[in-house]
This record gives sequence, C-alpha cells and structure tokens, in this order.
Amino acid sequence: MSLLLYRVDDRLIHGQVVIGWGRPLGAEFIVLVDNLVAASDWEQDLYRMGVPPDMQVIFADVPTAVREIATWQHEARKGILLTADIATMAALRAASPELERINLGGIHHRPGRTARLPYVYLTDEEFRILQGLESGGAHVTAQDVPTGAPITLSALP
Amino acid sequence: MSELIRGVVAAHGPLATALVAAVEQISGVEGALIPVSNSGCDRARIEERIGDAVGTGPAIIFVDMPSGSCLFAAMRRMKDNDQVRVVTGVNLAMLVDFVFHRDLPVAEVSARAIDAGTRAIRIP
Repeated sequence: MSLLLYRVDDRLIHGQVVIGWGRPLGAEFIVLVDNLVAASDWEQDLYRMGVPPDMQVIFADVPTAVREIATWQHEARKGILLTADIATMAALRAASPELERINLGGIHHRPGRTARLPYVYLTDEEFRILQGLESGGAHVTAQDVPTGAPITLSALP
Repeated sequence: MSELIRGVVAAHGPLATALVAAVEQISGVEGALIPVSNSGCDRARIEERIGDAVGTGPAIIFVDMPSGSCLFAAMRRMKDNDQVRVVTGVNLAMLVDFVFHRDLPVAEVSARAIDAGTRAIRIP
C-alpha cells in the first residue's frame, strides 16, 4: 500500500503534515482532495510552496479522487492523502475498501462543533459519520503528530 | 506625514506574542506590532484573525515559516491588497528595525526588514 496516511485536516498542507508525518513516513507525494483547491491554480501554487521540491502534490476534486484513488494506492512511491473534512473522507472510503485507517489530524472549532480534543472539534453529525465508518470496518483514530498517542474514536470525550 | 504602517506577527503557538513582547522590551515602542497565533484555528479562522489585525491601512505581515498555515492564510487574505506585504522568517532583529521605520513606504520597510533579519543570522 503506497498511501500510508489518510488524514482529515482542515489546514490541509502545513508543518505537521509535511514535517511531522512526511519525514518519518518517507512520503514522496501528497494527494490533496478538495473541490475548491482543485478549481484554483492560485490556491494550488500556494500549497506547492509548503512542500519540499522533491515532494509532488496531486490536486483532485472529489469525483476525480473517487476515480483515481486505487491508482494512488498502488503507486510504487509512498504518499499521504489529505481531506479538509470528514464528509470527503467518507466519500473516499465508500469508493475504496483499502482505505482502512483514518487519521483525524486537525478539525478545528466552528459553530455547532464541540471540543473532543484540543485539535478535534466535531458536530454530532460528524461524529455519527465517523461511527458509521467504524461500523463499516474502518479504523478511526485522532493523532495530530506521530509522536503523540493515537486516540480511538470510542475514547474521544 | 503618511499613515504609520502596522505590523502583524503571525506565528505558531505562543511565538508571536513572545516576539512582540520582546520587541517592546528592547525598543520601548509599544502598539506597533500585533501578535496573531494560529493555535486552535482552521484556515478560515487564521485568515480572519490576520485580517482583523491588519485592518484597512498599510501593513506588513511577518510570518514565522516560509510555508504553512500562517503564510497561506496571510497570502490568501491579502492577495488583492497592494498596501500589504508578507515577509517570512520573522526574527527579533527585523521587528526591531521595523518599529523604527514605520513611516516609510511599505515596499521600502519590507525590504529593510528582510535585510535586517538576514544580517542578524551569522556565525560570530
């Protein structure tokens, strides 16, 4: 499996992803799945600034990602897949049973969300979606950086 | 006299607050810099914090890293605002220089800040 991390992080590409996870995993590419970013060359240029020159960033909207995820999963290179929200990750999980482990890396406060961890805030609906993913066989944990302890969904307050 | 340039320091964790406090201690100039932390923020909230700090006048946003969430938010928020410049790699030397030259044009102040910050990095 060449996609080593499936992460929900509303900041998308930033230090924790590129340095915190990218280095220990030896990631050579990042798949950023986001409809808004996929539609904006300007946003894509910005996110490319956040990775080292030898790391490729693939930008995809959700339909493209659903279509291409199997290809990325079987690349020879090691990669990370990012989404900004849980609904997008759920759509990818529905398209790919190989997407077995979901990392909640940064879901910050918005109206309607309650704090589960300092870096994970969820609405009741988002929590239900995650429970549904687990009951469907996925394994969901919260972990902002590799040196932190993973916290299972059932252990979230 | 033209409007004084506002300085915004956007950084991870408590870094911005510490830098601003240190500049005020060294220079005796207070209120020239506004700290912004990205702690607990998604993309939209960081942009909002930076936008509130910048206000409507000329400003320089000093960012800690040459990539990452603070820079992205600053660039996104200010892409259509020619009164604002973004400078990365913030350090104490560049901020101290900045607070004494806020009456100069934005382009000139940002160039000075980069020069002062770069000159401060050396092996003595």
